[in-house]
Amino acid sequence: MAVGREIKKKIGSVQNTQKITSAMQMVAASKMRRTQERMRQGKPYSEKIRSVIGHLANSNPEYRHTYMEPRDIKRIGYLVVSSDKGLCGGLNVNLFRALVRDMAQWHNQGIESDLGVIGNKASRFFRSIGGNVLAELTDVGEAPSLSSLIGGIKVMLDAYENGQIDRLFIISNEFVNTMTQSPVIRQLLPLEPEQGESSEHRWDYIYEPDARHLIEGLVTRFIESQVYQAVIENGACEQAAKMIAMKNATENAEKLIEELTLIYNNARQAAITQEIAEIVGGAAAV
Amino acid sequence: MAMTIHCDIVSAEQEIFSGRVTMVSATGTIGELGIMPGHAPLLTGIRPGPVRLKKDDGEEEVFYASGGFLEVQPGVVTILADTALRADDIDEAAAVEAQQAAERLLHDQTTDIEFSAVATMLAEAMAQQRTLAELKKRKR
Repeated sequence: MAVGREIKKKIGSVQNTQKITSAMQMVAASKMRRTQERMRQGKPYSEKIRSVIGHLANSNPEYRHTYMEPRDIKRIGYLVVSSDKGLCGGLNVNLFRALVRDMAQWHNQGIESDLGVIGNKASRFFRSIGGNVLAELTDVGEAPSLSSLIGGIKVMLDAYENGQIDRLFIISNEFVNTMTQSPVIRQLLPLEPEQGESSEHRWDYIYEPDARHLIEGLVTRFIESQVYQAVIENGACEQAAKMIAMKNATENAEKLIEELTLIYNNARQAAITQEIAEIVGGAAAV
Repeated sequence: MAMTIHCDIVSAEQEIFSGRVTMVSATGTIGELGIMPGHAPLLTGIRPGPVRLKKDDGEEEVFYASGGFLEVQPGVVTILADTALRADDIDEAAAVEAQQAAERLLHDQTTDIEFSAVATMLAEAMAQQRTLAELKKRKR
């Protein structure tokens, strides 16, 4: 029966696609658990060090690091954390949209921006729309080591230190839950005082051994941990978004198969009916 | 009731301890530190070694920290350790082995080694054993 062969073929191909997307969904689900665990483990440290740095920015230390001095803003820098691979819904697009909106706001005030990008997607995006990219880190993998990130961070820190940029932001996706990831922009430099505490009361730490070494060490550790945590969290977001995207794709394929099967059956029924009618018509004529 | 201070110990990998204590002692870069409630704000580096907490119920807990930072704020002590372990989790055999390996490397002048790296390794292994010794003493 020649009827519906094309439809049958189409059903087969959709079924194959569905197999692939459902496999990808399961892979993403298991990866998500791992990346989420990694993110959860690193969170206390990055939060605690942020609050210590917040206290430090509030105090009146005998030694002031360049990272602690707010400057007039002439130019700003962003560290953009994106994923290496696609097929994760609107994750990266939403991030870039938020970033471009923020950049446009600064642009309206006559302030231009420099970029340090992490992840293939961001690097490709800024290559196509243009943008002053200072540093590029791609293929960081699912379990990036801190040492693989340091190079890119260093470039942006150097740019801050020699006055090329006067503020450094980091933009990445925040993991709200499996269904929701939202882009957030956080200020890395200059260090921000902790909210809700007044700095009017003048106080300072006792430093052992000396303020300079201690603050330098702490600040470096702070920046590294913040960037590392952002990359890890973005990784968890990527897997969650991918899982949801693949789940939707699998469901859409299912719906498509149902519709096609219906059309196929209709066509087959029509063909049978027609054949019977022909036979009956032929018999009557005899 | 004794005065208490909140203490948090976190390492890069996980949160180790969070709770109220009456005293914290650790090894700072320039010597032993004992911190009690009401301590002045302090920022210091810490060396590999045991961190002892006296909890508000009188119990003591021992942790091992491999260096990092210690911050004292009015009411809060925060220890940001590079790596930290509950003392019970230290593998004694591994610590002894690490010490021996480090000592061998130091004596073996023919190999091209980074002196400071090996010295750190040695200090960490010895600090772990020190923590264990302390824990044993306490249990007895």
